[in-house]
Amino acid sequence: MAMKDVPDNVFMTSLDAAASWARANSLWPMPFATACCGIELMATASSRFDLARFGAEVMRFSPRQCDLMIVAGRVAMKMLPVLQRIWLQMPEPKWCISMGACACTGGVFDTYAVVQGVDRFIPVDLYVPGCPPRPEQLMAGIIALQDKIKHGGTLNGTEFGKRTQPTGPAPYDLDELIRIREANEKLVALN
Amino acid sequence: MPFEVSELAEMDAPDKEYLWTLNFGPQHPATHTTLRLILTLDGETVVNAVPHIGYLHSGFEKLGEHLDFNQYVTIVDRMNYISPLHNEISWHHAVEKLLGIELTPRCKYLRTILAELMRIQDHLLNTGTCALDLGGFTAFLYFFQQRELIYDIVETASGQRFHTSYTRVGGVAFDVNNAWVDKVRSFVKGFGPVHAEVHRLLTRNRIFIERVKGIGYLSAEDCINMGVTGPLARASGVLRDLRKDEPYLAYADLDFKVIAAKDGDCYARYLVRMQEMLESIKIIEQCIENIPAGPVNVDAGTKAVIPAKPSVYRSIEGLIQHFEVMMPNRGFPTPKEEIYAATESPNGELGYYIVGDGSPRAYRARTRPPSYIHFAVFPQIIKNHQLSDVVAVLGSLNIIAAELDR
Amino acid sequence: MSTEEALKSQFPQAGLVFSQFRDNHRIGVPAAQLMDILTFLKNVHHFDMLAELTAVDYLEYEGSKDRFGVVYVLVNTQSGERLVLKTHVNDPDPVLPSVYPLWKAADWLEREVFDMFGISFSGHPDLRRILSPDEFTAFPLRKDYPLKGRGERHNFPVLTRSDG
Ligand code: SF4
Repeated sequence: MAMKDVPDNVFMTSLDAAASWARANSLWPMPFATACCGIELMATASSRFDLARFGAEVMRFSPRQCDLMIVAGRVAMKMLPVLQRIWLQMPEPKWCISMGACACTGGVFDTYAVVQGVDRFIPVDLYVPGCPPRPEQLMAGIIALQDKIKHGGTLNGTEFGKRTQPTGPAPYDLDELIRIREANEKLVALN
Repeated sequence: MPFEVSELAEMDAPDKEYLWTLNFGPQHPATHTTLRLILTLDGETVVNAVPHIGYLHSGFEKLGEHLDFNQYVTIVDRMNYISPLHNEISWHHAVEKLLGIELTPRCKYLRTILAELMRIQDHLLNTGTCALDLGGFTAFLYFFQQRELIYDIVETASGQRFHTSYTRVGGVAFDVNNAWVDKVRSFVKGFGPVHAEVHRLLTRNRIFIERVKGIGYLSAEDCINMGVTGPLARASGVLRDLRKDEPYLAYADLDFKVIAAKDGDCYARYLVRMQEMLESIKIIEQCIENIPAGPVNVDAGTKAVIPAKPSVYRSIEGLIQHFEVMMPNRGFPTPKEEIYAATESPNGELGYYIVGDGSPRAYRARTRPPSYIHFAVFPQIIKNHQLSDVVAVLGSLNIIAAELDR
Repeated sequence: MSTEEALKSQFPQAGLVFSQFRDNHRIGVPAAQLMDILTFLKNVHHFDMLAELTAVDYLEYEGSKDRFGVVYVLVNTQSGERLVLKTHVNDPDPVLPSVYPLWKAADWLEREVFDMFGISFSGHPDLRRILSPDEFTAFPLRKDYPLKGRGERHNFPVLTRSDG
């Protein structure tokens, strides 16, 4: 088909790009709100900040209907299996925002009960730092994620199947550290 | 409306085959945060409810043993996160009692205003989400707008809109300025009309009343026996308010009423909260026009207090004291004593039991969390209600998961 | 008659230790008499509210002879009077009588103390862990448990993009 046959009101694009464009502009977040960050997430969605301006306001609490998980708040070790299960229930393609210092790294809670960053156990696409992040910052994060979705991504989502490597930091193996320290101490004692 | 208890008494047996088991939470929109209930249902009627908690247990009290009195304020903030500043005020109230510090009048008034703003903030979110869960989105949006104004006020005072970490032992981090006073004044002025509007939206709304009236009844005796305090107890007719009973901060000088109701159901709790907000506005009005002049922090001669910045930069004593307070290995001597001190938080009696061991760290920093104690009554009050009442009752109890699990 | 005098005359042999710090009136109570004294306070002196029940691990506390202290804060809702009672229990088998029959508020508070300190309460209707997971074995608020835990928080499977 020659170029001149195409009328003015027809756009040419690849199917992948069209799909990504559509996905980016209709994100349905699943608010996994556990703690204080959840209240800021609420503030983002309600009056004054109004997340709806950026096309990501359809909060659905059922994971089957969502494609963006926002982990807002710290995840305790009792909660992590729940988080993983909800993540697995969400249909592809799906993305994950880790909102707040706690979800990103454990934040101020470097204690026995808090998971030190959800990215150790589920894949995370975007980190929004802050304790809690201001609503503006969360919106900036969502816009950045939309940008990320628009560039790259395929219609049938084959790119996800290839990512078999965990993306977060390696699990912190306490036993391993203890073993290393004991070996070092032995070395020092030998010398 | 709940059924008569006698009618369903024999259904308590767990092995009845017609009973259903329903898992509610821990990730459920109506729980707002992480609560989990295992409900046993007979059709739509809740026969039994077993709460499972701890999904947000993050070791607050353990952390309290590792941070000093000023540092731990950043952690208590995160406990009841819909009224963060009130936790700080309670925590430092207990610490100052342990150390025997008497605040300056200016600081007392300042903290009183902030505490009342936090009470309003808490009740705003609670009544707003309570309406939201029952299908009234408008009230939620109206109230959230007011919350944003309070966020602005605390941001002007402290520099952070949410977790302010504003109080310090013997004072606050920075004194407030005239812009702050103006903001509080304009908030006080604008609050009444919004409150009245939500009043018109909800209080006589047929749908809302049908969902909350007569639901979740709690008697006064049960309240006392189960340790329930705050708006919940007052809605059941227990006239107990620590602001009146054990006055702290500036409450002894102020003129306000203790709001109470007799019915003890969700509707009474809603009404008590709505009315308490107006009472808080009254307190703020009295305080904001009467803030005493003078220093906001206690005299730096008290060893535990962070000295003012000019004295740190310009005098050797100030510098030394700053060093002593700030360095983790220095610190100031504290009594080797134990103390229990409580304040009236928006949710009820928020107490701290502090064991001091002579160092600037608490040996044990125990919180008496009102949410924890209030959630324990839930299985009892939800019995023989409909499944849809679970949401209404949860909303009216105002359970904050971080305070619940700590 | 004040509560203190009444207690002294009612339990002359009990070895109660009275003290006051700021506005806290405190009574040290031996564990054996605890139930009698609490029952007396509730039924005769109208201490009808149990405001707080908690424990302290005195393992590293300078000059303490006992391992655990358990604290009860009672409130008389008519007069507004408060009492802080403390009793001590020791390893290897810290047990106290449950005060659930007196105040229902003790239900979850005792469960929490059991969960965090491993102090059990005989006569409690349902003494299970409440905050930590059921399979947890340690008692986190004891002083010999490290702040960062023993690696429990890292003990989960890792999900990747290709899963699910
Ligand atoms: S990052 Fe801060 S605000 Fe967010 S959950 Fe953690 S403590 Fe709360």
